[in-house]
Amino acid sequence: MAEPILELVDVRTHFPLYEGFLRRRPAGAVKAVDGVTLTLHRGEVLGLVGESGCGKSTLARTILQLIPTTGGSVRMGGRDLARCTPKELLAARRDLQMVFQDPYASLNPRLTVFDALAEPLHVHQVCPPAAIPGRVAELMRTVGLAPRFMQKYPHEFSGGQRQRIAIARALALEPKVIVADEPVSALDVSIQAQILNLLAQLCRKMNLSLIFIAHDLSVVKHISDRVAVMYLGKIVELGPAVDVIERPRHPYTRALVSAIPSADPAVERQRQRIVLSGDPPSPINPPRGCAFHTRCPHVQERCREIIPPLVPAGPDRVAACIRLDEI
Amino acid sequence: MPLLSVTDLRTYFHTRSGVYRAVDGVDFALERGETLGIVGESGSGKSVTCYSLMGLVPQPPGRIESGTAVFDGVDLLHCSPREARGIRGKRIAMIFQDPMTSLNPYLRISTQLMEPLLIHEKISRKEAERRALAMLESVGLHDAGRRFHQYPHEFSGGMRQRVMIAMALITRPELLIADEPTTALDVTVQAQILELIKATQQELGMAVIFITHDLAVASGLCDRVQVMYAGRIVETAGTETLFRQPRHPYTRALQRSIPALQPKGAELYTIAGLPPDVSKPIRGCAFAPRCEYVAERCRTLVPPLLEVAPGHAQACLRAQAGEI
Repeated sequence: MAEPILELVDVRTHFPLYEGFLRRRPAGAVKAVDGVTLTLHRGEVLGLVGESGCGKSTLARTILQLIPTTGGSVRMGGRDLARCTPKELLAARRDLQMVFQDPYASLNPRLTVFDALAEPLHVHQVCPPAAIPGRVAELMRTVGLAPRFMQKYPHEFSGGQRQRIAIARALALEPKVIVADEPVSALDVSIQAQILNLLAQLCRKMNLSLIFIAHDLSVVKHISDRVAVMYLGKIVELGPAVDVIERPRHPYTRALVSAIPSADPAVERQRQRIVLSGDPPSPINPPRGCAFHTRCPHVQERCREIIPPLVPAGPDRVAACIRLDEI
Repeated sequence: MPLLSVTDLRTYFHTRSGVYRAVDGVDFALERGETLGIVGESGSGKSVTCYSLMGLVPQPPGRIESGTAVFDGVDLLHCSPREARGIRGKRIAMIFQDPMTSLNPYLRISTQLMEPLLIHEKISRKEAERRALAMLESVGLHDAGRRFHQYPHEFSGGMRQRVMIAMALITRPELLIADEPTTALDVTVQAQILELIKATQQELGMAVIFITHDLAVASGLCDRVQVMYAGRIVETAGTETLFRQPRHPYTRALQRSIPALQPKGAELYTIAGLPPDVSKPIRGCAFAPRCEYVAERCRTLVPPLLEVAPGHAQACLRAQAGEI
């Protein structure tokens, strides 16, 4: 397998809670990300899935250090980003960029496309000022936009085009890793397919590593090499994308897979759906033992006691369930 | 006689930057107990069609230019406000996409649930309360008794959507219009809500219009699906037929661009270009600029929606001529 490029070791991101008005005192914490260990290899697309509130976006932001880590380390290029000085962090972000979900909110409405794409080039001084217009035009062509739109503002573009601008901005510094947080969720199906093709093609051409976050499993299966399933701040299953989604082992992954509606009416009529009851529990006060035990159809007494570790569940696969072999 | 029949509905928005033809000549009918899916991309006019029926189009800038929508003998677009009030909210109910913004944050759930009953039925407060509580239980809200007097912010997204559904169903409507009710929800919660809609539909025998942009959601729930593009219906057929033998190039393209139906890692099929700007008059077929089968006449002639087989109609000149 290719060399590891980004390593997360026991990453924890907790948001402290306070109570009281005049005398604030700590009252627990929201454990948004709670002990994630993960390795991203060069040129790999890693899908990250889970319901809202499972901590996938927080994890993305933690990797970029947009939110400080509470514990653990984020290692990249021999540095631990969680313990970097701001200056080192700035340098590290040349190799590590992000694309956000909402292309309407992630572009500054007062900057033209040229300004938005030239900004990272200025900040990191990657090319002489005279070369910037040429580089911006090249970036726009890379993502399939005509350079003649360079002086236009974000509001003059459609959602899909804006997402292309956001991707171009992330590519400006030729990073090694891109973290894309639900980059296609806000787009229509036909536009979604265009952006997915673009991302897949860029990864191949530039040997980029991509962390692709989505809640749509069929999209993740299509684009990813490996997929990690998160539940309440922890990874519950990790493995090759097709394997995990076609033959899920963890009860949560099974329920998640069975909940995806199929676009084939015949399949849809026959299938047995595992409908989970209720909502995910609160990360402020997570259940004891396995966090999924409150909704799990296979729950047993010991699930409420033991926190399940990630154990091997097939070739290159791990899952966190103590009853893996029984169910 | 169908429960609802809509003919030649046109809803335009007159704005400073032009006239937006959001819905531009839509005809369809719905039988009692039937589930009809309306599928299309954003801006295709699927929501405005239903808003027009419910009298929810802001006027101005919106204007219903023409058309009739006959619900059980009453034309919803031309009846007196009094008549309309007797039907909307009682015999036709609607649920919306975003359960976060469509409940009133200042009012308790109990108040909001009882309101339609107190308005539409001669019923005592006590009786209304009893029925509201029973309804809340039947949509699967745990601990309904305690939750009954809480405020919307105390509920999660999925639970709020359940409350919305309870509110819509409390008057036992004959038609439920669901406008992307699961788009804002997680897949696991989406599965719960779809099951709930299916179950209550069977129990009450009501008809459902289900608006969605997700072909997959429509395939599991609907008896019949109609596909909209730029304010018009381009194809309508039984779900099975529409998925097995789509005839219109847009339906085919839409189906081919779903990742789930394509081999893993393959280049996804994409529809070139963007949906048309409905503020400009469209000559010929609206899909022509993006269509891979386009012929010269597609750019000048407006294709009519013609029945090609019983219950299967589509609006493509070339497919109708048997050329593609």
